[in-house]
Amino acid sequence: MATEQEVNHIAELADVGINPEELAAFTHQFNAILEYFDVLDRVSGDTAPTRDLYNVMREDETDPSLPQEEVLRNAAAQEDGFIKAPRVM
Amino acid sequence: MAGHGITFEPDDRYNAFLTTCTKAPHGQGKLCGIAVAVKDNISTRGIETTCASKILKGYVPPYDAHVVGLLRQSGAAIVGKTNMDEFGMGTTTENSAFGPTLNPHDTARVPGGSSGGSAAAIAAGMVRMALGTDTGGSIRCPAAFCGIVGLKPTYGRVSRYGLIAYANSLEQIGPMGRTVSDVSTLMGVIAGHDRRDSTSHDRPYTHTPKGDIKGLKIGIPQEYFGPGVDPQVAAVVNKAIGRLEELGATTVSCSIPSMEYALAAYYVTCTSEASSNLARFDGVRYGPGADTKRSWHESFRDVRRAGFGPEVRRRIMLGTYALSSGYYGRYYAKAQIARENVKKDFTRIFSKVDVIAGPTMPTIAFTLGEKSEPLSMYLTDILTVPVNLAGIPAISVPCGTAEGMPVGLQIMGSPWEDERVIDVAYAYEQAVT
Repeated sequence: MATEQEVNHIAELADVGINPEELAAFTHQFNAILEYFDVLDRVSGDTAPTRDLYNVMREDETDPSLPQEEVLRNAAAQEDGFIKAPRVM
Repeated sequence: MAGHGITFEPDDRYNAFLTTCTKAPHGQGKLCGIAVAVKDNISTRGIETTCASKILKGYVPPYDAHVVGLLRQSGAAIVGKTNMDEFGMGTTTENSAFGPTLNPHDTARVPGGSSGGSAAAIAAGMVRMALGTDTGGSIRCPAAFCGIVGLKPTYGRVSRYGLIAYANSLEQIGPMGRTVSDVSTLMGVIAGHDRRDSTSHDRPYTHTPKGDIKGLKIGIPQEYFGPGVDPQVAAVVNKAIGRLEELGATTVSCSIPSMEYALAAYYVTCTSEASSNLARFDGVRYGPGADTKRSWHESFRDVRRAGFGPEVRRRIMLGTYALSSGYYGRYYAKAQIARENVKKDFTRIFSKVDVIAGPTMPTIAFTLGEKSEPLSMYLTDILTVPVNLAGIPAISVPCGTAEGMPVGLQIMGSPWEDERVIDVAYAYEQAVT
């Protein structure tokens, strides 16, 4: 069972935010789903199987790319041809 | 060809479209001048693409998805973008930020989801064909609920380049239409290799449906007719399978024991992939814009809380939880073992039969608001998710009604045998129409 505090913590980790008035319902629904996931305890084995996977490689060739103004068109904040993001430090 | 175009001004009383293109240009080719709708999670250059989410309101892709480029080359007229559950997360199309789509057969009911807008647009006669995407049933469910045909292709058969990702290892773009022939035609346009999708295979589709199924062996999994499946739906589907027998097919009973935990494995996998994929939506490169004066953590959190609906945040949180240290082994690792077991079950059955048949959905279309508890909605995906876990092709074809609402017959096939499931659906369709 996840507590309201834990659910709030996961919301913080995932950067999705959670409103105080949503917390009780979210926690209830979260726990109902986790309880259902318990059926996976019946699956035997510990590690995910490795399958016959292979890498698909291609030559690193330069393709035509989009003009700068088209790429910037959807960004809300820009400066000198760059996309502006919140500070990280 | 420059200058060609059609006018598209539909009466969209079912809220099937998020965007319509009143003047839809088109060129020459196999689909010359045919109105085709595209689900709103598939990128269309110059046409707003929102995934039915507030966080992408106003986003206009600077490039076409591979399949959209192919549609344009084939002469199709792209007439609009269809409503869906936000980012494909839902089974009803009620999780759209722009209001639910209604089922044209009964407007008190949902069209199914998440490609509900595409299915409703076809069922209402607004377009002849449409593209949908299927991560855990999102083409087949609305096809069944709206009484149309929808194919989830073999994983890797259709390029996902330009599809806004939700759960990459499960999802495929696929064709939807009023008839099996239309679905087959559209499949012929969109299938084939694309170097921009590293999971894409060189398996073009050049098939013309054939109605001869004499000698075909059909597996009938007992789990598809067990508890949780509405007896009325089961009866309609059984009758349809009887029809296939009359056409010369034989049936054998089989079992998919891994279905016990397939749904849990599916939801652990798709939410885990979603938690990673949806990290890109922070309002910076596209979307509403982030407050650049604040720390990135606070800024992104507020943008995402305001921009994502509750179901999207719930799935991101579930995936974050399932992948977190201490829980990874219990959830994600187990889900991958379970997924392998589902594949093994299908491989074993397909060594004895040609296709597997059963209902697409366990019930008819729900009434609006009926599945307000998330888990109760998840449980309705039980008959469609095994196909996505195994990466195999499956089609839903209308096979009658229960309580006046359409019921879908689901035909599942071996990997790369999309042609075969199409043939079986075609044989059935030709026999009853």
